[in-house]
Amino acid sequence: MGQIILNQVRKTFGDVEVIPPLDLTINDGEFCVFVGPSGCGKSTLLRLIAGLEDVTSGDISIDGQSATELPPAKRGLAMVFQSYALYPHMSVRKNIAFPLRMAGLPKDEIEKRVTNAASVLNLTDYLDRRPGQLSGGQRQRVAIGRAIVREPAAFLFDEPLSNLDAALRVGMRLEISELHKRLSTTMIYVTHDQVEAMTMADKIVVLRAGNIEQVGSPLELYKAPRNTFVAGFIGSPKMNFIQGEQASALGADTIGIRPEHIDVSDTQGQWSGRVGVSEHLGSDTFIHVHDTGLGDTITVRAAGEVDFKHGDTIHLTPRADQIHKFDAQGLRI
Amino acid sequence: MARAVSSRRKSINTALAWGIGLIIFFPILWTILTSFKTEGQAIADPPVFLFFDWTLENYSIVQDRSDYMRYLWNSVIIAGGSTLLGIIIAVPAAWSMAFVPSKRTKDILMWMLSTKMLPAVGVLYPIYLLFIKLGLLDSLFGLVIVLMLINLPIIIWMLYTYFKEIPGEILEAARMDGASLKSEILYVLTPMAIPGIASTILLNVILAWNEAFWTLNLTAAKAGPLTAFIASYSSPEGLFYAKLSAASTMAIAPILILGWFSQKQLVRGLTFGAVK
Repeated sequence: MGQIILNQVRKTFGDVEVIPPLDLTINDGEFCVFVGPSGCGKSTLLRLIAGLEDVTSGDISIDGQSATELPPAKRGLAMVFQSYALYPHMSVRKNIAFPLRMAGLPKDEIEKRVTNAASVLNLTDYLDRRPGQLSGGQRQRVAIGRAIVREPAAFLFDEPLSNLDAALRVGMRLEISELHKRLSTTMIYVTHDQVEAMTMADKIVVLRAGNIEQVGSPLELYKAPRNTFVAGFIGSPKMNFIQGEQASALGADTIGIRPEHIDVSDTQGQWSGRVGVSEHLGSDTFIHVHDTGLGDTITVRAAGEVDFKHGDTIHLTPRADQIHKFDAQGLRI
Repeated sequence: MARAVSSRRKSINTALAWGIGLIIFFPILWTILTSFKTEGQAIADPPVFLFFDWTLENYSIVQDRSDYMRYLWNSVIIAGGSTLLGIIIAVPAAWSMAFVPSKRTKDILMWMLSTKMLPAVGVLYPIYLLFIKLGLLDSLFGLVIVLMLINLPIIIWMLYTYFKEIPGEILEAARMDGASLKSEILYVLTPMAIPGIASTILLNVILAWNEAFWTLNLTAAKAGPLTAFIASYSSPEGLFYAKLSAASTMAIAPILILGWFSQKQLVRGLTFGAVK
């Protein structure tokens, strides 16, 4: 069991309120991702749950029991840090065994669990090495190994992939997702990368300045963002926002249309503009269109290769059913 | 591109470095040489450098007159004891300052260091009176306590600097892994700070070994360490330079040998973290 409930949790550092009173429920077995720009309080929120920071007021309960006053060690949670935070003076074996040693488990039980974790994570050949002799990906796996041997109520991940190169990141993302499927343990994952959030999460919590902007499944957030902040943050490339005449014609202050929901043509369309930079990804082409009379540059995502050159005139047609409307406060209409 | 240094420039630098090294070492060399001279040659004018009648007489006289081993043993107890006690107190203190600093941590560090700026003689009288009241005069226990307190600011400062280099996340990981405060310090922090702790120990053993003010003022015959042993040969009744030199040589030999063997560790520890 690993249900985590935050009730009116608030955190201040001196006079600065980093987390205004906040409620959140993370269900047992759920993969919950906290996402938001730097400094939005997502790591602080994770550290509050971990017990590495004290809450200023409010209550955190884990498994139906209040954990607000418990030290980190007593909360039954395991954490994977951004820097991995491995013990540099211990071998991989001792690193993974450390939490079990602290729990006072018998030696043969520790050995069994370490061997087991090492084989799950492909670390068997590295058990006698020091962390300094491992690659980034291997270190990450040791950190995960150290977390899983304890069989915690929930895993906490603090931007665990941000120190890895792009290729490794995709691989580790899959590994963590698979681990979640296999263990069905609650996981809370902090990241600033919305792609990680979209691909891994059961539930995404979008944070801005300590406030929860929206909670929902990846597709809910994609299809029905509650405000312009969530709309702009979720999805890549970013949603296009248009104000003025076009918006008021639809009874909104701002309208948003995702790059993949605009059809392009070289003969006719609702809007027209001049092609700026095209980014060719092979599977898609991102075209940045200027001089549309809509204010900002409009980004369009066209499937496959399209034959537009810099300076060409291009016609754009947004799909009417995919237009998001927002009021003057930026809230969804 | 590496900066090119001509070989001529290099040899000049080397010669200069050796020159300065010799100037610094010369008094010690002179003491050692004098210890092998007769009393007459020791005060000869002009002084003799190497060409004199080498003799071990001074050493046997010094050994006859006073019990070198007892002084040596006292020195070992005082230097070792005060350093060990200091480390036991300083590790938790430095831990709290490095990892859970408060608004006043910097001020406390400065205040501790400022006690080193006070001339020792300024507090001789109160401490002497305290020692009389507590019956600690001429006792090893009293000296261990005083030298520990004298060197504690330096020990805490050094450990604080080393601990600052250790990423806090690793200690947080230990906390998440279920380590108590004791386990966190014992199994994670201390092993990681071993190079720093080792050089702190070395430096403080050397400082305590050479400390002369308190050891001379607070001891008489019983608890006197090697500093008292040397001092007993610089009496106003007569000039016995050769014997004084022999006593000095015997007193500094252990620490000189210790320093020689540990110089690598010492330099590494003292420059630890200076370049990131």
